Parts: sequence; C-alpha cells; structure tokens
Amino acid sequence: MTDLIRLSAADLAGAIARGEASAVEATRAHLDRIAEVDGQVAAFLHVDEAGALAAAERVDRARAAGEELGPLAGVPVAVKDVLTTRGVPTTAGSKILEGWRPPYDSTIVQRLRAAGTVIVGKTNMDEFAMGSSTEYSAYGPTRNPWDLGRIPGGSGGGSAAALAAYEAPLAIGSDTGGSIRQPGAVTGTVGAKPTYGGTSRYGLIAFSSSLDTPGPCARTVVDAALLHAVIGGHDRRDSTSIPQPVPEVVAAARRGATGDLSGVRLGLVSQFSGEGAEPGVMAAFGEALERLTKLGAEVVEVSCPHFEYALPAYYLIAPSECSSNLARFDGVRYGLRVGDDGQRSLEEVMSLTREAGFGPEVKRRIIIGTYALSSGYYDAYYGQAQKVRTLITRDFTAAFERVDVLVSPTTPFVAFPFGSRTSDPYQMYLADLFTIPTNLYGGPAISVPCGLSDGLPVGFQIMAPTMADDRMYRVAAALESAVGTLTPPAL
Amino acid sequence: MAAISREEVAHLARLSRLAVTEAELDTFAGQLDVILQAVARVGEVTAGDIPPTSHSVPLTNVLRDDVAEPCLPREEVLAGAPDAAEDRFRVPRILDEEA
Repeated sequence: MTDLIRLSAADLAGAIARGEASAVEATRAHLDRIAEVDGQVAAFLHVDEAGALAAAERVDRARAAGEELGPLAGVPVAVKDVLTTRGVPTTAGSKILEGWRPPYDSTIVQRLRAAGTVIVGKTNMDEFAMGSSTEYSAYGPTRNPWDLGRIPGGSGGGSAAALAAYEAPLAIGSDTGGSIRQPGAVTGTVGAKPTYGGTSRYGLIAFSSSLDTPGPCARTVVDAALLHAVIGGHDRRDSTSIPQPVPEVVAAARRGATGDLSGVRLGLVSQFSGEGAEPGVMAAFGEALERLTKLGAEVVEVSCPHFEYALPAYYLIAPSECSSNLARFDGVRYGLRVGDDGQRSLEEVMSLTREAGFGPEVKRRIIIGTYALSSGYYDAYYGQAQKVRTLITRDFTAAFERVDVLVSPTTPFVAFPFGSRTSDPYQMYLADLFTIPTNLYGGPAISVPCGLSDGLPVGFQIMAPTMADDRMYRVAAALESAVGTLTPPAL
Repeated sequence: MAAISREEVAHLARLSRLAVTEAELDTFAGQLDVILQAVARVGEVTAGDIPPTSHSVPLTNVLRDDVAEPCLPREEVLAGAPDAAEDRFRVPRILDEEA
C-alpha cells in the first residue's frame, strides 16, 4: 500500500472495510508520518502510539470476526487538546494543566472510540482556545505546512496543520469565535462549526460556555460530514445539548458534490464588503462566488446592520464567561500548585499558581471579563453586549427569510508571519471578524478552501440557520467539486 | 482619555487572584486600554428595550432522571490533584490565624 496517508477518510475506511489495508497498517503509516514531519510542524502535544495501535487492533479483530464496521472505523483522528481523554495527557495548551491525565473521556472522545476511529494524539492550540495563531500555546506554536514561517491559525492550529501535513485525515476542533474555521481557512483544509448544542460540550474544557462548539476538521467536505455524524447528536450530560437528531449532513455533502446548486440562494452580507480584508482574499472569494453561480446558485445581497458590532460584543461576552469558567483553576483539584510552603494562605497560593500557570492572553481576558462583569460596568459592557447579541441574531433570522445561506470569506487575511500580531492583541482579534457573528447567533458555519492568494490558501465561509447544518455541507461540497482540494508544497 | 488605569488593572488582577508582576502591569495597562476602547463600541447601538441573549438555545430546566450512577474512581481523580491526603484534596491554610 503506497500512500495511505494521502487518502481521504472515506476512502481509507473503504480500503479497511474491504481488507485492502488493515487498521493497524493505516495507523502505523500515520504514526510514521508524524515521526517524520512533526518535528517541523509541531501539530501534536502528545502522540498516543500505544493507545492508537491498540484501538486499530480492535478494529482489525472486529473485521476478522465479521462484525459490521462503522463508516470511519480504523481511520486515524487527531483530537484538540481541549477535550478530555481518559488517562491521556490533556493540557488545553496551558502550563496550569501540564501533566494532568483526566479520569474520564469527553462525550466527543467516547463517540470517536465507539465508532472505531483511532485517536493518534492531542493537538496543539492557543491556551484555553484563546487566540488565532497558536502563538499563545504555552508549549510553543504550530507551524503552517504551507509555509513554516507562518501561523496555522488558531486556536485549533494543531488540528488543521495535522490535516494539511497528512499526519491524520480527520481531526476534532472547537469553535468559540472561529477556532475551527480560521485554522481551516489558512491551512487549506475544511473546518465545520456545528449548530451550538448540536455537539456535546461534556468534557470540553470550558472557555465561553454559551459559545463553545466542538466540531469536525478534515481535508474534504464529505469527510467532515462523516465525522460530524459520528460526534454529533444529543447528550444528556450536556444540558445545552439539543434533543434532536443530527441533520442529514452526509447526504447533503454527497448531493452537493454532484455540483448542482440550482434553486439555492446565497446571501452576500453587504457589511462584509471587504473593508479590513486583503484584496487577494476578496479576489479569491469573488471567483468562488462566480463558480457557485455557474453551478446554479443565485446571489442576493442582504444587510445585517449589527454585524459590525459582533467583534466588540464577542470580546466582552467571551472574556466575561472565561473569567468565571477559569476560576476553577485554583490549584486544589488538578494541575499546578505554586508557593504552598505551609505558611502561605490558600488565597496566596491560588494567586501565585494562577500567575505562574496562565499565559498573558489568558490573563488579559480574565481581567477584561472581571472588569465587564463588575458592578458599575456590567450594564454598559456585558449587559449591552448581550443586547447586541440579540440584534445580531435578529439580523440572521431576517436574512434567512430571504436566502438559504450566508457567504463570506472565512478570515480577512491569509496566514500571517509569526510575531506580526502578538504585540497588539487587538490586531489578533481582527482575524475573527467574519467568523464571530455565527457564534453569537448559534448557527452552523463551515470553511472550505476556495483558492490561493500569494500562494497561500483562502477559505470560503458558508453560514446556515440553526439546525440546518446540512445546507452548508451541500454548498461547501459543490464549491469543492469546482475548486478541488488544495495540496501544500512537500515538507 | 484612558479607559482603564494601571491601578484599576492591579485591582482587577487581585480580584481575579492573579499575582501579576509590575512589568506585566505596565504591559497590560496599555493593551487593555486599547481593547476596552475598541469593545466600548457596543455602546453606540441603541438597544434600550432589546432583551439580552445569554444563550442561543432556548432550553430551560433541563433535568435528567434521578438515577444513581457510579462516580469517577477516587484514586484516579486524586492522582491528578497537586496534593492529597486521607482520600481527600489537601488545601493550603484557609484561615487567617497563624497556622
């Protein structure tokens, strides 16, 4: 078997089901690839070779015993280090959790195991998923396989880079303000944020609980849909989980792949006309839009007047929720403890632990959130941001009365060089300009490669109504059929 | 005018249980001022009567069946703690008096 690492997940699962390759061979091929290139890419924080091979052996035994295999059985998957894995180190990219081995699996990981996928390791991320470049990881940045001097996006840059470097055909991310879609865009891969509540947050280390959404990352749209179907659906352990079946995402992706979009109305948001975006990004987006009209889609301009306030609203709501969520890192139950000399009080030890364990971006957001929630500022900041969130939701609802999906570039700029946006944190936040409105609304959105600008990938974003995740997969697969997948230069 | 002073940042850090250094205060004060000035733009929106959204999923009072289930194994949970004694988490001194 030559290139097991370059197959799509669907094709690899097919090869395993037909006995053309074993799950152990597929896993070994990916582990070898990781050993070969991850020194350059640094997508992984932890590689679980023994666990992966054991999982692959179980799939091979099940096949030999004639058991029916799931559609992704035996396929390697890389998991963002924000999801708990029992007995396997989980850090969320933070020093405060260094060496922690969770006593339980997150629901997403339980479902990955039940489906027979092979978890090869945990991927790098900005600390606690706060960032757009992985430069805020306490363990150093991941490098973009397209250009090792540039960022792979964030926070889930490790998952996206693992796909682009052929270290795994599937990966899991989490999207609070764009952390699945923006890394997908800048690495030329596919990243989908499901409807909020469509995928379980049980065992997802919380950043901003009203926004956090785990989801699938892949190199093809159908692969992302297959993974979405495996991990999605109601979970009684998450009280915000929607008690409805997963939308028919796989069927929609297969339908879209036929390249027919007749009758589909695409909404072009007039507020996203390109201000703040690179000309090369807007050019690639415009070409993709033309391709979609050739496939039968109709483009309708829609106005979403409150979208311009999405970024400020998000950077009040998310830090507020994070300042509350991260209070659990108190140096008592898990992770780091600093300064416990038998004399210092709990409060002093807690302050020293959090000072040593958190990086600068996490501290900034905790402080901003504490400010926005404090009496005297609550109404003007957090309360006002929640009202703006309502208005943004109304903009979406009104737009979806006229169109089936909204479209935009995923991110205003292609992968940027390391260090170019870390000194002014607000410059980093601008990477989320086009992705954030969807998070505030709660609907699904996907990023699919649509071309290159200066030799670097550009992502096309499709946003759909709540629990209409199937729509975005149809349009994304149609675009993919017209554009093809993007292949990075050899490492 | 600055939206936030160095003293306010120091106060918020204390409330947040972050023993920040003087150097960090110097850096953060300017950065947080830039961020706060940018996010304060939400105030431009006329939203007096608009109800706030805390959550996009309209679910309330989600309860699950009152069925006893095994909890996590104690040894595995305590193995991840920074300090444990007598099958419990051990905490630093919690009272103000001398230990």
